[in-house]
Parts: sequence; C-alpha cells; structure tokens
Amino acid sequence: MSSLKRTPLRDFHAAHGARLVDFAGWEMPVQYRSILEEHKAVRRTAGLFDVSHMGEVDVKGPEALRFLNHLVTNDVVKLFPGRVLYSPMCYPTGGVVDDLLVYMRAPEDYFLCINAGNIDKDVAWLFEQAKGFDVKLTDRSSDYALLAIQGPSALAIVQSLTGAKLDLIGYYHFAEGTVAGVQCIISRTGYTGEDGFELYHPAGDAVALAEAVVKAGEVYGLELTGLGARDSLRLEAGYPLYGHEITADISPLTAGLGWTVKLDKGADFIGRAALLAEKANGALNKVVFFKTGDRRIVRADTPVLGADGAVVGKVLSGTLSPVLNEAIGSALVTTAAATGALAVDIRGTLINLQLVKPPFVQLKKS
Amino acid sequence: MSSVPSDLRYAKSHEWVKSAGDGTATVGITDYAQNSLGDITYVQLPKVGATFTAGQVFGVVESVKAASDLYAPVAGTVIEVNSELDATPETVNQVPYAAGWMMKIKLADAASVGALLDAAAYEKLIG
Repeated sequence: MSSLKRTPLRDFHAAHGARLVDFAGWEMPVQYRSILEEHKAVRRTAGLFDVSHMGEVDVKGPEALRFLNHLVTNDVVKLFPGRVLYSPMCYPTGGVVDDLLVYMRAPEDYFLCINAGNIDKDVAWLFEQAKGFDVKLTDRSSDYALLAIQGPSALAIVQSLTGAKLDLIGYYHFAEGTVAGVQCIISRTGYTGEDGFELYHPAGDAVALAEAVVKAGEVYGLELTGLGARDSLRLEAGYPLYGHEITADISPLTAGLGWTVKLDKGADFIGRAALLAEKANGALNKVVFFKTGDRRIVRADTPVLGADGAVVGKVLSGTLSPVLNEAIGSALVTTAAATGALAVDIRGTLINLQLVKPPFVQLKKS
Repeated sequence: MSSVPSDLRYAKSHEWVKSAGDGTATVGITDYAQNSLGDITYVQLPKVGATFTAGQVFGVVESVKAASDLYAPVAGTVIEVNSELDATPETVNQVPYAAGWMMKIKLADAASVGALLDAAAYEKLIG
C-alpha cells in the first residue's frame, strides 16, 4: 500500500492494532477491534476518529463572502465569527460537487472543510469559480490534521485537556485555543449524530494530541474508532455521504437536503436555476431511508422493487444498525414509487423496506 | 496470529471439519476466515436433509464489509445446523471452533476428511 497517502497518525493506528485499508487513496483505519463495538462505544461513551484525510482550504479577501455565497447553496451571510455552516456546492445542473463545512474566522477570513476523496476536484473547482472575485484561496489540506472526539463523554474528555470553556461553544460553533498544549480550531461538529468536537491542528502535533486524548479518555472508556464505525454512525444519524446520497447526479433537493438550499438568499449561486426548476416541477426521484426488520444487510446498488415487482430505484448505502440490530439504508427511488410498497431481493428472499425519517435512533447531540 | 487447532482438518476455502469418528462431522469457518471477514452480522445455513458435493455452496456468511459464500469442504448430508447463529452470528467471531460451528453432516465418504489439509498445511496456506 506504499502508493497510498498517509495521515500523520498512520503508525499510531498500526501500533494500536488497526486494520488499514485504502479509502479514497488514503491508508486509513477501517477498524481497530470491531466495527459494531466501536459504533456502540460512540453512542455509549466516546470514540476518537482520525479524519486527517479531510481537506481544508482558506478563503480570504475582500470578496470572500460574495464568492462563497455564489459557490454554495446555503446562505453564508448568516455566518458570524465562530459559526460553522454545512452546505452542498453544486454544478450548474444542480448535481453536487461536494458537501462541506464553512467556518467564519473573521470578516474576509473563512475556512472550508471538504471531503478527502474530492480534494483535487474541489480545489480545481474552487479556483475556477473564484476567477473574477477578489479572494485568495490556499489549499491547506496537508498542513492540518483532524481528530474527531464523538460521544456523550466527548465534552468531559476534551474539557480535561483545555482551558477553553467548551460549554460556551454551541453546536456548529467553534473557537480557537489549545488542547493538550496543541493549537486547535475547536469545532463542536461531527458526523456521528452525537455531541462531540473536531479538532483541526498542525499535522506535526497529531501524534501528541491523539495520545493525550487517548490518555484522558481512558477513565471514560473512550475507544479508538475507525472509518467503518464512522460510516454506520452517520447512516444511523441519517447524514448523507458524498458519492452515495449526494452525487453529481443527485441534487440536494432530491437528497432531502432542501434546508441547505436557500433559493431566495438574494445571491445567484451555481446551480440555482436548475434547483429552482427542480423545486417548481417536482423531482423525478427522491432519496429515502429504510429499515427492514431483518439482519441481512441491503448493500449499495441493490435494485429496489416497487409494488408490482418492477425496478423503481437502487440502494445508495446499507449497513446493519448496531443499535437497532437490523438492516438500515438509503435508496434512490422514483418519486411516484416512494409512497408505495418497496422491497429488495436478497439471495432469493423478498425483503420489505420500511421507510423511516432519520435519525434511526434517538440522538443526544446538543 | 490465527488459531489453527491441530485436531481439525481444513479446506482451502477456509472451512474447518471435525470428524466425530462415526461417519459424521462438524463444519465451521476458521479463525483466519472470521478475522478476515470482520464483524459477522448474518449466517445463512442450509436445511437439514440438504446434500452437498465437495466445493458446493452451502450457505452465506455476511459481515459489515461483504457477503461471502460458504463452501462444503466434503460431500455429505446435513443432519443439524447451528440455529443459535440466527440471533447471535457474532459467536462465529468469538469462538469459531466451538459454539460458532455451522452444520453437522453425515459424510458421503468417511475417508474424505482425511484428504483435507492438516493444521500444518493450512497454517502454511494462510502464511
């Protein structure tokens, strides 16, 4: 796996017994002990994820706000220093380039967090779209490492390592401060549906910070958690994953992310005309979430069958919910079929899909 | 390091066989196999009375990662399946050579078990 990119914590993971796999060109820990046990640890107490493969981009300059509001579908004007915004950014077709977090540090000073597998594509897209705007873009992806501490005990664990008053940082807010002596952007965000923090910090400090978190988390039962649990946690919470629920062909409206598309924000943004038309005419397809009452996992790309047995869509994501102990997933189906009976054929057994409005489990996030 | 008990025989497809000495045998998957699969979430087993030739698919084991076929290591007729695995498939991860067994078969040929890999040969296979 020598051609794969590595985070500063690659050897830390190996030393802790991780199973390392190729994830979007990165050598990443998919699990340490057990995906199911790691998942439950995050719901019960806390988990530590290395998500240093995620990309970071600085957006600075007099027209940073105007540029960002042109780039993304959500309304960046709502941000103030210390506030985080989730948004898709779209192609003119309404399909999704990527979904990202926008951090406002100061007027004219923003910071984006983008998906690892999309860094090259996104950075090229950002530079292309920034033409004509008075902004300076800098790809900071290799400068930053990113640790996510997630779960009901995350607050106590991180608080034990910092003088920053974490209870003053609301959900989707951030502050800058030191954690275990390491300068961090302390962001109360995550991808698990639990309370927690994401700590952006200099790549060179990653091992020291990870070790400090592990030590502080010991008494709380914090576990090292891999990308396997990260995926089942996000699906249980009903969060989209780029390449599954949102893609170049699945718009945020189709994906049920209408709350992130501010058609009337007072700025023309990329994809607005297409999304306006989709909203006016109704989407042909929609993303639905389901559970089955059965343990057989309904895997991505499985055809979805309508009431008469005809194919009406396909599965986008599927896993076993470790909390519900049954298969859960998402599917893209025709809008017409979405209100009728849906099923999948797994090795000759017809399994009915019970549609669910996520989250699948009760979440305790702040 | 995977556990490879010396009193069992092994198929290249990572199933183990324990002969009872009375013409019947117990079949399961190896420690190496369960470890490669990761968390096992579902085990689909055949019906009692089903017959299989050596190498034929007798069931499916699912992990979070993937669904994989199970291959009959020797020919025989199913006389019992481990229905406990319906509710607790993770037993295969925990004790693959004991409570994680999958089926008991009446051997078509009592000598067929001896033709499978012994522990030393299986250890060499999994390196």
